[in-house]
Amino acid sequence: MQYSLTDDIIALEKKANSIRKHIIISLEKAGSGHSAGALGMADVFAALYNNVMRHDPKRPQWKDRDRLILSAGHICPVWYAALAEAGYFPKRELWSLRKLGSPLQGHPHLGSAPGVENTGGPLGQGVSLAMGIAYALKYFEKSDARVYCISSDGEHNEGQVWEAALFAAKYKLDNVVLVIDRNNIQIDGTSDTVMPLEPFAKKYQAFNWRVFGVNGNNMKSVVATFKKIRTVNGKPVCVIAQTIPGKGVSFMEGKYEWHGKPPHAEEAAMALSELSKKRTSKKTS
Amino acid sequence: MPIREAAQLIRNLFGKSITTEPTRSGYGEGLLALGAENERVVALCADLTESTRTEDFAQAFPERFIEMGVAEQNMAGVAAGVAHAGYIPFMASYAVFSPGRNWDQIRVSICYSHANVKIISTHAGLNVGPDGATHQALEDIAMMRSLPNLVVLAPADAREARRATIAAAAHDGPVYMRLARSASPVFTTSRSPFKIGRAEVLQTGSDVTIIGCGPLVYEALLAAHMLQKKYRISAEVINSHTIKPLDEKTILKSAKKTGAVVTIEEHQVTGGLGGAVAEVLAAHAPTPMRFIGMPDTFGESGTPEELLKKYGMTADHVVKAARSLVNEKE
Repeated sequence: MQYSLTDDIIALEKKANSIRKHIIISLEKAGSGHSAGALGMADVFAALYNNVMRHDPKRPQWKDRDRLILSAGHICPVWYAALAEAGYFPKRELWSLRKLGSPLQGHPHLGSAPGVENTGGPLGQGVSLAMGIAYALKYFEKSDARVYCISSDGEHNEGQVWEAALFAAKYKLDNVVLVIDRNNIQIDGTSDTVMPLEPFAKKYQAFNWRVFGVNGNNMKSVVATFKKIRTVNGKPVCVIAQTIPGKGVSFMEGKYEWHGKPPHAEEAAMALSELSKKRTSKKTS
Repeated sequence: MPIREAAQLIRNLFGKSITTEPTRSGYGEGLLALGAENERVVALCADLTESTRTEDFAQAFPERFIEMGVAEQNMAGVAAGVAHAGYIPFMASYAVFSPGRNWDQIRVSICYSHANVKIISTHAGLNVGPDGATHQALEDIAMMRSLPNLVVLAPADAREARRATIAAAAHDGPVYMRLARSASPVFTTSRSPFKIGRAEVLQTGSDVTIIGCGPLVYEALLAAHMLQKKYRISAEVINSHTIKPLDEKTILKSAKKTGAVVTIEEHQVTGGLGGAVAEVLAAHAPTPMRFIGMPDTFGESGTPEELLKKYGMTADHVVKAARSLVNEKE
């Protein structure tokens, strides 16, 4: 039995909101970790686990599952929260983030908790790993499972990513979806100042990929985009998701200073009260 | 002759007509044999298919060969992904490039992730000769043996390399195998014992222990022969083809018996086999040692023979080191 997915945008937005609350609580308890990117990608993770991917939390090793590989490993609080929300492990586990003996390591470690499919953190590595899995699924297993790889704009400073991009195009890995969190922040400042990437989409097009752009914080657009990419054949797919770092918490939004730090107790309380008041989209037909 | 019967080496060990073959060829043969018997075996190569001897496999099983281009970091990640899907990838390049430029990927995506990847690195050591220092990998053992979860192998001849390749496939977990470009004497036989993690005592002796890995194990045998003939010094010779996990038991037993240890390897003295042996001896049985290896310097162009002579890695150098250790005892 696969996990039951939903097309209900409001339900998905609620999921994203729960994921954000988990992120805030787990980071505050951990006392270190990356807030901004994790919050910014909550909508994409909510969509992937509840609308897009074929998976089953009860069978994390199911052969025909779609895989999610988190190459931008530092935003793992959003991954752990999405996995716990989907039932891969109890939510109370989230409070052990980054603590001694916890299955939820500061950066993901393959197999440390159900659903954690890769080791990640040193940037670029998950992208190559995703290509290797996709190659084996497509050519050896003849499987129709997809590999969703979560990368980031800052990660594209690493040469390894571009090696992987050449490889994916050469072998026509149309079972790969590379989601790039385009939040325009990295540790030393905005991505545009640290190492400009534009024209970003054109770079991927020139590498023979199909490129889609999306507002990564608009659930309706996110869901529609993941639907659209299913029709692509013969080329790897790249989704450049414009997101707001720190999304959902007003004092974190758009601030690169929140890339690598957690909220302290007071800030966490403010963030949680803001998230509790969040309204979802108006119900439309 | 004190050569151990149980080691099952070739008969005419020091004959002029001894067959020579590069250890990388043994890899090629082993990989081809594996391809036929195990359909989960996959080969990757970074634009060096012929020189790494991946070619025969690639021709026999094109559907299981992945050409990676000159991209060693991506190769390590893709290999880890292929292993993630349940296959047994062998990824090959020159040691200066892999692990020379993808150590982080080997560390995180392969070793820390327990990925069942076999890292095959040819052209290791000084024996690439004329290519010069850029292409002489003399640091790879140090880089690799510091990684948890990884098995580190340096087979002594082509026949042993073939068997090591097959043993690597049977081992569940990451393996690093270091191979040479140039031909070297083939002195083991198909009956010689080989097991990952077990060093082989090739010759028994009582005055000094010589421990080697890779093709220079033959120099160790030559040295032992010369020591006996010229100086009446009885040397024990150990082939430590597995550098990690090191066969501590065999090494300690021999060191306690002889009280003097010489190590020989085509690698920097820093962090290589000698270092691994010293770590074990220092902790359990402190023993005077000499280290035959690259003396903390880069190489240069030249023939392999010229280079080994210039940088001090021949049988003569082992003899000299062994004699000085034995003299110290008296």
